[in-house]
Amino acid sequence: MLYINCPHCGMRSQNEFSYGGDASVKRPELNKEVSDQEWDNFVYNRKSLRGKHLELWQHISGCRQWIKVERDTATHEIFRTFKADEEVA
Amino acid sequence: MTQAFRIENGGLINKDKKLSFKFNGKTYLGYEGDTLASALLANGVHLVGRSFKYHRPRGFFGAGVDEPYAVVQLYRNGETEPNIKATEQELFEGLEAKSVNCWPSVNFDIGAINNFLRIFLPAGFYYKTFMWPKSFWYRIYEPFIRKAAGLGVASTKHDKERYEHKYEYCDLLIAGSGPSGLAGAYAAAKNGAKVILAEDKPRFGGSLLTSDVTIGNQSGKDWAEGIIAELKTMPNVVVKNRSQIFGYYDHNMLVMSEKVSDHLPSTKKYHPNKRLWYIRAKEVLISSGSIERPIVFGNNDTPGVMLSSAAKEYLKVYGVLVGRKPLVFTNNDSGYETAIEFKKHGVDPVVLDSRKNPESEIIDEAKNLGINIKNSYVVVAAQGYKKVKSADIASISEDKKLLGKIENIQCDCICVSGFWTPTIHLASQSGNKTKFKEEIDAFVPGQSKQNEITLGAASGVFSLEETLKTSFTVGSELSKKITENDNKIAIPNVVEKKSSQHDKFWCVPLPKGKNYKRFLDFQNDVAVSDVEIALREGYRSIEHVKRYTTLGMATDQGKTSNLNGLQLVSEIENKVVPAVGHTTFRPPYTPVSIGAIVGREVGKHSKPTRKSPMHSWHEKNNAVFVDAGVWLRPRYYKRGNENLFEGSKREAKNVRTNVGVCDVTTLGKIDIKGPDAAELLNRVYTNAWLKLPVGKARYGVMLREDGIVMDDGTTTRISENHYHMTTTTAQAANVLSHLEYYLQLVWPELNVNVVSTTEQWAGAAIAGPKSRDLLQKLFPNSDVSNEGLPFMGYMEGDLFGVKARIYRISFSGELAYEVNVESDYGNFMWEKIIEVGEEFNIQPYGTEALSTLRIEMGHVAGSELDGRTIPFDNALEGLVSKKKDFIGKRSLQRSAFIAEDRQRIVGVVPLDKQTSIPEGSHLVKDDKAPLPNPKLGHISASCWSVEYDNPFSLAILKDGKNMIGQKLFAMSPLKNKVIPVEIVSSHYVDPKGERVRS
Repeated sequence: MLYINCPHCGMRSQNEFSYGGDASVKRPELNKEVSDQEWDNFVYNRKSLRGKHLELWQHISGCRQWIKVERDTATHEIFRTFKADEEVA
Repeated sequence: MTQAFRIENGGLINKDKKLSFKFNGKTYLGYEGDTLASALLANGVHLVGRSFKYHRPRGFFGAGVDEPYAVVQLYRNGETEPNIKATEQELFEGLEAKSVNCWPSVNFDIGAINNFLRIFLPAGFYYKTFMWPKSFWYRIYEPFIRKAAGLGVASTKHDKERYEHKYEYCDLLIAGSGPSGLAGAYAAAKNGAKVILAEDKPRFGGSLLTSDVTIGNQSGKDWAEGIIAELKTMPNVVVKNRSQIFGYYDHNMLVMSEKVSDHLPSTKKYHPNKRLWYIRAKEVLISSGSIERPIVFGNNDTPGVMLSSAAKEYLKVYGVLVGRKPLVFTNNDSGYETAIEFKKHGVDPVVLDSRKNPESEIIDEAKNLGINIKNSYVVVAAQGYKKVKSADIASISEDKKLLGKIENIQCDCICVSGFWTPTIHLASQSGNKTKFKEEIDAFVPGQSKQNEITLGAASGVFSLEETLKTSFTVGSELSKKITENDNKIAIPNVVEKKSSQHDKFWCVPLPKGKNYKRFLDFQNDVAVSDVEIALREGYRSIEHVKRYTTLGMATDQGKTSNLNGLQLVSEIENKVVPAVGHTTFRPPYTPVSIGAIVGREVGKHSKPTRKSPMHSWHEKNNAVFVDAGVWLRPRYYKRGNENLFEGSKREAKNVRTNVGVCDVTTLGKIDIKGPDAAELLNRVYTNAWLKLPVGKARYGVMLREDGIVMDDGTTTRISENHYHMTTTTAQAANVLSHLEYYLQLVWPELNVNVVSTTEQWAGAAIAGPKSRDLLQKLFPNSDVSNEGLPFMGYMEGDLFGVKARIYRISFSGELAYEVNVESDYGNFMWEKIIEVGEEFNIQPYGTEALSTLRIEMGHVAGSELDGRTIPFDNALEGLVSKKKDFIGKRSLQRSAFIAEDRQRIVGVVPLDKQTSIPEGSHLVKDDKAPLPNPKLGHISASCWSVEYDNPFSLAILKDGKNMIGQKLFAMSPLKNKVIPVEIVSSHYVDPKGERVRS
C-alpha cells in the first residue's frame, strides 16, 4: 500500500485516496475548435509510461482535494507531491 | 503408547500439564508447550501423511515453518481447517487431526500405486498426457485430477470465527526474535523508539533456544528471556509471539498475521481467531534467521529422515528423541551439535561427514565425547518404507564423484545437515537486490530499496558475536536517527564455539545400477530426475523450470528445496548459481487464512449499511427492504399475504389514483454556492443554466468527456448564488468528485464551493392526483396552487414548526412534490404526511412501485444510463444545447454517435399482453435464426403497467426511432423464454406530460 504525502494533510495511506489518471493531460479550452485527433488524445490516448509519471489522486477520505503525485510506475517510488494549482517544474 | 520417546529431563514444555489429543482417530498424550509434531514424535509416530504425487509415506522433516511433509487437517471446536503444519500447530486439550492426501488411511493408501507407476509420471506428465482427446478434459481428466490432488478439504460451513484487522505505525519493526532481533529491538527501545518485535513461534529467542552459547554470564536462552521480560515492561515496545510477518509491501508497509486463538481449544469470547496487522514502519530490521538445507540422497523422503536442526530442536525444546539409533549426515559443523545433544542424553549417534579432515572446537567436543565419526562418508540411500530402518552408506572421493563400497548400517533416523540458507524472503519482497555469497553457497540481501536492513543469520552471518555486535549497533543507530536519543548499551561478551568451513557438497551421486528417487522438493515430489528432464526438454529459465516441474510451488514454497534446485540447474547447465538466479519471492511467506485477509468485512459488515431517518417507521410498517447501493430502501410495504408483485402494483395504482409517499432520502444532494455557480452548472450539464430564476428547479443531464451520460437529476436555485443539486443514489459520490475535479484542476478560476448534503436532508416524494390537496393541508400558510407553486417551482414552507423545502418535481409522472427537512426531523415529517394524508387514502410506496411508475412514463434511470448510452439513446437530445459548450460535447460528434440507425429508447409490449419480459432479454428479428442471433437491442427495465394492466418494458434498440410499430422477439436464453413483442413509444403513459403540470 502506497504512502502518499498529501500536500494538505501529510503522510496518508493509499486507501484514503482515489486514483485519477495522467496529470499532464490538459483539457482543451471550452468553445474552441478541436480536431478529432486532439480530442481523442485528450479523452482516450494515454502513454502508459514505465517510470516517472505525474498523476492525479484525490484525497477522497481526507480533505477531498485533488493532488498531483510524481510516481515511478515500475517501482512505486513517490518523488514529490503537489497541490492542484501548483506548477510542476 | 505412552510418550516412549520423551526424555526424563530437559525441554521447555510443561510436564505438569498433560494434554490428550487424537491423530487419525487414535488418542495420544502430550504436554502443554508441545506442537502436534513434537507430541506425535514423543509417541513414536513418524508416519503422518502421503506425498502429493506418488503418495509415498511422509513423516516430519523440520520443526517449524519450513516443514514440507507434515500437513494435516485440523478439527477444532466443531470446525475444520486444512493445510495446517503439524510442526507449527500447538497442542491443546482435545485437539484432533487427520492425515491428508491418503485413502483409505495413511497406513494403507491406494494412491501409493502411483509410487510404482512413477516412471510414467515424470515432470510435465499432466501437460503431456491430458492433452488428447480434447473432449476428455472436462469429463474425465479434470474431475479425476481434482479428486486425486489436494492437501485437505476446506470446510463448507459458515466460518463462525472472527478475524480482525489492525493498523499500526512504528519507528522500528523487527521480524524475528532471535539474537539479532532481540539485540536490535533492545537497543532501539532503550533509545525511546516505538518498537514492534514479532516472532512467529510461541517462544521468543530463535536459535538461542537450542544453541549452546553464553552471553554475558548467562546461557543464550536465559539472556533472551531476560531481554524479552524487560522489553515487555517498556511502554514504547510491543512484543508479539505467534505472529508471522508474511509480506513486505510498498513504502514500508508490512503485514503480519497474529494467531490469537489457534493454540486454544476454542476461541475466547470477543476474541478473534487471527488478527492481521498492517504495519507502517519507518525502519525495518529483518532478523528472520536461516533454514537448514538438506543434502540430497536416495530415498531421502523416507519418514525418519529429517533436518539435523529439527532433531536438535525436538530434543532441546520438547524433550523428544526422534530416534534411538540416529545417523547424522552432514557437510558442516551443525550436524555435530545435534550429535552432541543425542550423546548427552545417552543415545549413541553415528556421524557421517562428507568432509575429509575437518577440524574445529565443536568437532573436538564430539570426539572427546566418543562419538563415532566417519569422514568422507555419505548416505547413499535410506532403506525402509514407512520408517527408516537402515542406511546404505559409502565413502566418497574427494571430487565427490565416486562412491566406495556400499555398506548398510542400522539406524532409525537420519539427521541431515547441508548447511544453512538465509531466510531472505522479506528482504527480497521489499525490492532488495539479493546477491550470491560464495562462502555460504546461498543468496543474501544486497542493495536495499526500502528502509530495511537484514541482520544475523538472515544476512548470512552465522557468528553470534558478530551478530550481536552489529545488531546492537544498528538498532541504536536507526533509532537515534528517529528519536535523537543516544543511550549507550554495553555489548555483552559472547562465548561460542568456532565452526570450520562447510563442504560445498549437496547431492550424493547414484551408485551404479541403482535408480533411487532423490527428492529436491518433498511436498510436490520433485526429484533430481524431474529437473534433469525439464532441462533436457529445453527449459532454461529457472522460472520455467519451476513451473514445469512444480519445484518450490507447494504450500511450503520450497523453503528447503529452492537452493538445491538451483545447485542442480547450475551444475547441469554448467553455470554458476548466481547466473541461474533465483525465482521471485512473493508474499505471503507462509500460508495465511483467507478469513484473516477478509477480516471483519463479511456478511452484513462487507459494506456499510446506510439507513434513512425514517427507517424505523418503514420497519414498523412491514417494509420489505432492498439493497440500493449501500442504502437499505423499502421495496414495498407488505400487507397481509401480498407478494412483491401484488404489493407494488397496489402501491403504484394508489399513486396513479390517490396519493403516495416515497422515501427519497437516498438521493445524492450537493450544495453548490458561489458567484460562478450558474457558470459551473452550465458547463457540467448539457442544457442551459444561466437563466434559471431563483425559486426554480431544472432537470439536467451530465456527460463524461467521452459523451456517455454520467448522471441526471434536478438542480434548484435556492437563492442568487446558491443551488441545490440532486443526483441518483448510485452516482452521488462520483458526481461530487467529478465537480471537485473540474473546480480544482480544470477551471480553478470559477468561484464555487461544493459540498455533499446527502445526509443533511431527509426527503419524501408525495405523488398522485391528490398530492396538492395533501400538501395544502401540510402547509396551510403557503400558496401551493398551480400558480403559487408551478411545475418545477420551489418554495420554503413551515411544516408544523419545522422548516421545509418544497420542490415541485416528479419522477412518477404524476402531479408530485418533494419535501425536504433536516434529517433529524425526517421521521416527524414522514409521520405528519401519513397522518394528514389519511383522508386522501395515502399509502407509502417502495422502490418497486417507484420503478413501475417511472418505466411506464418512459423516464430513464440507472438501467438506461448504464455507462453505454448518450443523450440521444435516452431520448434526451432535446436537453443538449447547440449553443454552448459543456463537458463531453465534442464527443457527441463522433461518427457512431450521429449514425442514422443509432440505438434509442423504445417501449416494448408483449403481443399477448400477458407475458412479462425478463430484463436483459435480447431483441431479435427472427427467433429461429442460427446462433449467434443478431441482437438489435436489449430490455433495460420491465414492469407491469398499472395504467393499462399489462406488461411493459423499456429497451435500448438499434434504429429505435424508426422501429415503432415493428414486431420483434424478446429472447431470454437464461429464462428460456421467447416472447413476440411490439415496439411502441417509450412514453407509454401520458405522453404529453400533462399530469405533472396539472
